[in-house]
Amino acid sequence: MRAFIQLHAEGDGFVPPSTNDFNLPPITESIAWLTKPVLLVFLSVILISVFFILSSRKAAVVPSKLQFAGESIYAFVRNDLARDVIGHDFMRFVPYLFTLFTFVLTNNIFGIIPLLQFPAMSHVGFPYVLAIFTFLVFHYVGIRKKGLGKYFKEIAFMPGVPLPVYILLTPIELATFFIVRPLTLSLRLFANMFAGHLLLLVFIMGGDYMMHDSHLIMKLFSPFSFAFGIALTFFEFMVQCLQAYIFTLLTALYIAGALADEH
Amino acid sequence: MRTFNFASEAEKVNPLVPHTAELVVGAIAFTLLFLVLRRAVVPMFEKAFTARTEAIQGGLERAEQAQLEAQRALVQYNEQLSSAQGEASKLREEARIQGAAILEDLRTKAQDEAARITAAAHSSIEAERQQAITSLRNEVGALAVELASKIVGEALDDQARQSRIVDRFIEDLEKSQK
Repeated sequence: MRAFIQLHAEGDGFVPPSTNDFNLPPITESIAWLTKPVLLVFLSVILISVFFILSSRKAAVVPSKLQFAGESIYAFVRNDLARDVIGHDFMRFVPYLFTLFTFVLTNNIFGIIPLLQFPAMSHVGFPYVLAIFTFLVFHYVGIRKKGLGKYFKEIAFMPGVPLPVYILLTPIELATFFIVRPLTLSLRLFANMFAGHLLLLVFIMGGDYMMHDSHLIMKLFSPFSFAFGIALTFFEFMVQCLQAYIFTLLTALYIAGALADEH
Repeated sequence: MRTFNFASEAEKVNPLVPHTAELVVGAIAFTLLFLVLRRAVVPMFEKAFTARTEAIQGGLERAEQAQLEAQRALVQYNEQLSSAQGEASKLREEARIQGAAILEDLRTKAQDEAARITAAAHSSIEAERQQAITSLRNEVGALAVELASKIVGEALDDQARQSRIVDRFIEDLEKSQK
């Protein structure tokens, strides 16, 4: 925030947006934890709940436009993600995957919604939480299905591999399942949202800075910066949808992997 | 980064370290959403899907049944049509035969009638002719006798003789006619 204020001070030169721009102050001084991303996350819960409850309430055979809209999203997660990836017995995981997809998607899209304009997932805490949930879910279903010993044995000692290879393979596999998967899952989402928002900030704030600069040439080039910012907004929309999809798809894949008999 | 005013301050904020509040809020918000969607939304959509699948399946089955029924009706109709056609041709044939018989009958009757009428006419003509011959013979006889008596000057009272003379006269007449 201070960087933004600094921008308009005369003679300081351009201050590019930094990680500080993501560190928003509390909305009221008295409640320290109530920041913009926290508020957005709660807003997303309300919006998603209201939208889907309204659209699913009638459950008609011939859907209204609203029901069709909600149903399309639900059917996408249910059929294209859960059923196609997990296969048999996928219905158990549909509520989780559906929540995951809508939650991530909505909070991502907040990044380009006018007035809100902040992707909550660019605050690493939220992706961490989701990755931990996914981590718990897929290990839990794996252990439930195969038993603790067999599950870990399958991860650590992949069947059909010569014995000496385990020296190399076992640490890699264990690291993959317990460190790399949750970490990459959360960081991929976080970094995409973070970088996307930063990119938008650079071009919008840059355009703003150039517009207020005393040089005429800078003023002339300012619209280009804004235009590029708008183009990037469309690009961001694509990335936001894609990241929500990838997060859900990977979760489904991990669950499918934990349920698979031979891996 | 170091050339900018806030670079040193920016370095203090590590974007990879989460805020505790956000972890808690994220967990609560997500769980809340999960419970709402699982309880209120997923069952309703599933209900709609099931109802739709059943409706489509029911529709397909109904269509299949209707098609079968239509096929059966078509077969029945064709059967009826062919039997009706056979019957019609049979009727036509019968009618033709009957017509011919009636015609033949009528013709025979007409011929009989004609023959009968002809025969009756013949016999009546014959009778009339006989009558005419008889009466003519009597009259001619009488006339001839009268003439002969006038010519001969004698009365021919004897019946037998009279008749003989007339017969001879007529025979002569017939001979002269030929």
